[in-house]
Amino acid sequence: MTFPMNSTSVLSAEPEPQAPRPADGDTAASPDSAAETRNLPRLGTLRTSGGRLEAIARGETVTTEDHAGVALDETVLEIEHFRLWYGSKQALFDVTLKIPRGKVTSLIGPSGCGKSTLLRSVNRMNDLIDTVRIDGTMRLNGDSIYHKGVDVIELRKRMGMVFQKPNPFPMSIYENVVYPLRIDGVRDRATLDDVMENSLRGAALWDEVRDRLHESALSLSGGQQQRLCIARAIAAEPEVLLLDEPCSALDPIATSKVEDLISELRGSYSVLIVTHNMQQAARVSDYTAFMYLGRVIEYGLTPTVFTNPHCKETEDYVTGRFG
Amino acid sequence: MSVTFLVESTAPPRPKPGRSRRARARTSLLAHGEPLVWLNGGALALALAMIVGMLSLIFGQGISTFWPQPLYAIHTLDGEVRLGELTRAEVFQLSADELESLRQRPALHARLVAAGGSTRRTQMRTADGFVWIDDRTVTKVEKPEWGLVVERREGGRCYGVPATLLPADDSTKPSSSEPGAVWRTFTAWRRGTTDIAYRGLVLKTPDDNTLEVPLANVVRAYPANQLNLAGQLGVYASRWWEFLSTAPRDANTEGGVFPAIVGTVVMTFFMSLAVVPLGVLAALYLREYAKPGLLVSLVRIAVNNLAGVPSIVFGVFGLGFFCYAMGASLDQLFFADRLPSQPTFGKGGLLWSALTLALLTLPVVIVATEEALAAVPGSMREGSYACGASKWQTIRRIVLPRALPGVMTGLILALARGAGEVAPLMLVGVTNLAFELPIDGTWPLVHLDRKFMHLGFHIYGLGYQSPNSEATRSLVYTTTFLLIALVGVLNLSAVWLRSRLRKRYALSKF
Ligand SMILES: Nc1ncnc2c1ncn2[C@@H]1O[C@H](COP(=O)(O)OP(=O)(O)OP(=O)(O)O)[C@@H](O)[C@H]1O
Ligand SMILES: [Mg+2]
Repeated sequence: MTFPMNSTSVLSAEPEPQAPRPADGDTAASPDSAAETRNLPRLGTLRTSGGRLEAIARGETVTTEDHAGVALDETVLEIEHFRLWYGSKQALFDVTLKIPRGKVTSLIGPSGCGKSTLLRSVNRMNDLIDTVRIDGTMRLNGDSIYHKGVDVIELRKRMGMVFQKPNPFPMSIYENVVYPLRIDGVRDRATLDDVMENSLRGAALWDEVRDRLHESALSLSGGQQQRLCIARAIAAEPEVLLLDEPCSALDPIATSKVEDLISELRGSYSVLIVTHNMQQAARVSDYTAFMYLGRVIEYGLTPTVFTNPHCKETEDYVTGRFG
Repeated sequence: MSVTFLVESTAPPRPKPGRSRRARARTSLLAHGEPLVWLNGGALALALAMIVGMLSLIFGQGISTFWPQPLYAIHTLDGEVRLGELTRAEVFQLSADELESLRQRPALHARLVAAGGSTRRTQMRTADGFVWIDDRTVTKVEKPEWGLVVERREGGRCYGVPATLLPADDSTKPSSSEPGAVWRTFTAWRRGTTDIAYRGLVLKTPDDNTLEVPLANVVRAYPANQLNLAGQLGVYASRWWEFLSTAPRDANTEGGVFPAIVGTVVMTFFMSLAVVPLGVLAALYLREYAKPGLLVSLVRIAVNNLAGVPSIVFGVFGLGFFCYAMGASLDQLFFADRLPSQPTFGKGGLLWSALTLALLTLPVVIVATEEALAAVPGSMREGSYACGASKWQTIRRIVLPRALPGVMTGLILALARGAGEVAPLMLVGVTNLAFELPIDGTWPLVHLDRKFMHLGFHIYGLGYQSPNSEATRSLVYTTTFLLIALVGVLNLSAVWLRSRLRKRYALSKF
C-alpha cells in the first residue's frame, strides 16, 4: 500500500494526538489550512462565537462551516442537502458533505446526532427501515444514489460496510471473506482463493487465520472477527468503505491493529468512519466532520478541526466540554 | 453537596400509608417465597409422578411380557386338571355366607378365616383359552417337570408333556416315550443333527388326552420348568426378535409387528418430508416477506388455532379432500384402467396419511421456524445486505442456516405429535393387517398408494378388535412400549441432528 503524502500522515504518526501541532511540512500538501492555522491567533477571531446550539433549538437552519481545504480534493461521494426522517421525527437536517477520494474522513459528534444514520444512508441500508423518508441527493462517483431507477443491490456492491459490532456470518472464515463474490455467483476457485488471501492480508488477519480458513468464523476473537468483517468489506474492492464505530467493541491492541489497517487502506480506498474516540479520529483521518443534532456543524481538515476549529461548539466538543 | 443532603434529610418523614402498606406486605402470604416454592414444586412433582407412573407401567408390563413363565398343573374340586401359565391374579372379599358355606372343608375354612375372608382367583392361560380358577376350588398344584410350552403358527399356545415324536415315514418306529428323551430328540431335529424326518409332536395333556402338533406348525417350544436363566433369556430374546421382525399371525394375536414398525417409520418419514419444506416456506413468508399487519396477525392466529383442532377433523378432511377429491382425480387421469373396482389413489393410503399428518403438524413447524427466524440477529442480515446480497440470498445463505436448529426443534415437535397419531389415520389409510409393506423390492420400491399398518392403530386393534383380548392384553403393553421407544428414537435422532447443526452454526463465544 502506498502512503500518500499529505498533511495528516505526520499527524497520524503522532503518539499524543491531544496536542497535535501542525508541522511545517503541511504547507506543501494543503497550503490553505496551514495558512489558516499559522495566521490565526490561538483563540482565533474567525471562530464564530457559538450561538448555534441556540439557533438549532429555535429551529433555524444552521449552515455547515466548511473549511476551504476540503474543496481541493477530488470527490468520491457527494452529499447535498440531504434530509432524513424516521416517521415524523427528522434525524438529518440539510447535510451537505463532499467526501474526498482516497482519504479517510471521520464523522464525530455526540451520541444520537445521526452519524450512523448518515452512514447508513450512503449505502441505502435505511431502505430496510419502513418508516424512513429522505430528501436531497447523494452521488457516488457522479452516479445518483437515490435516483428512482438505481439498483440498490448493485449500489451496495460498490461500497463496503463494517458495523459497530462484528457480525461474521455463521460459516467458515473462507466463506465469510468471499461472501460478496459468492452472491455474485463467482465459482472459480483460483479467483476466490486469490481474493480471499488478498483481503485477509489487507485486513491484517492472514497470518492469524491462514491455518484455519475452514473453521467457523465464530470461533475467532472479537478483534479478529472485526478484522474479518473488514476483509469481507474490502473483498469486492468497493469504491467507498463505510466504517461505523469499528473499534467500539475492541480492546486497545485490536483497536490499534484496526487503526493501522485504516491508515494502510488510505489511498487505495476512500474511507468514511464514524467514531466516538477523538484520539482515533485525530490519528486516522484526513478530514473530520463534526455533527450535532442531525446537522454537520463543521467540516474540515482534521488538524484544523481539532486544534483550531472555526466553531465554538466544535471546540467545546473536541476538548470534551460537552457531548 | 453534603449540605443539600443534610437539608433533604431534615424533610418531614413520609406519611403513614407508606408504612402501613409495608406492614401489610409483610403479613401477606404471597409476599413470602417459601409457600409459592412449595406450590410450584408440588405441581411439578405431581406432573412428574404421573408421567413416571405411566411410563413405568408401560415399561414394566411391556418388558416382562415375553419372559417365559413356569407351567402349572392345577387340580380342582370338579376333578379337572388344567395345565398352563398363570397370567394374573385378583384378590376379592368373601361374604360371611360364602365363608360359612365352606365349613365342610375345615382346612380351607380355617385358612380363609385367618386371611380375614379375602381370597383370590387366578387367571390361567391354557391350550383352550384363558380360565379363571378360584383358590377355593383348588385341590392340588403341581409343576410338571417336563411340561412343554408349544407356540403354534395357528391356534395359539398349547401345553403338554411330550409323549412321542412321529416320524414322517410311518415305517420308522416312533421315538421313545420318555419325555426327556422325546425333548432331546426334538431339539436334535430342530438343530438338524438327526437324519430322521419327523412330522408331528404328540403331547400328553394332564387329563390324559393326547394332542398332536404338526412340526410345521411349531414356532417355538420349550420345557418351561426345566429352563435355567440362560434358557429363559434365550426364549425371551427369541420372542422379542420374533416380535420385532415378523408379521402378525393368528388374527394379530401372535407373532410380530414388523409391518407396523415399517409402516410407522415410513409414514413418519414422508410426513416430515412434506411438513418441513411446507412449514419453513410458510414461516419464511410470514416472517420475512409479509408486511406485518392485520392480515398477517390473523393468519398467525389461524395457524396457532390449527394446532388445537381435534385430529379426527384432519382425518375427515384428508378423506374428503385427499382421498376422494385429489385421489379420485389422479385415478381418472392416470389409472383409469383399474377403475371403478380398484382405485389406486382414490382410497386411503400412505401418501394421503403422510399429507394429512403433515397438515396436522404444520402449525408446530411454522411456529418453531418463525421463532427461529426471528432470533437470527439483525446484524447478520444487515451484514449480508451491506455486501450487496438480495433478500433471497440473505435468507438462503445467512438466515436459514442460522435458523436450521430451530427448524429441527419444530420437526422434533412434529415427530412427537405425528408419529403416535392414530385417529386421522383410521380414515385415510391405516389398516389392521397389510399383506404388503409400503416399501419393497418391486417397482417403484415405495408404494405411496398402499394401505399400511401403524403401531398406534395396532395397539387399538389389539386392545379392542381382537377376537381374543386376553391373549393380546400383554401385547398391548409391549406394542405401546415399542411405539414410545420408536418415537423416542426418532426424536433422539432429530435432537442429535440439531445439536450437530448447533455446533456447526454455534453462537459466537465472544
Ligand atoms: N430505526 C430508527 N427508528 C427511529 N429512530 C431512529 C432509528 N434509528 C435511529 N433513530 C434516531 O435517529 C437519531 C440518530 O441516530 P443515530 O443512530 O444515527 O445516532 P448516532 O449518531 O449513530 O449515535 P451513536 O453515536 O450513539 O451511535 C437518534 O435520535 C435516534 O433515536
Ligand atoms: Mg451509531
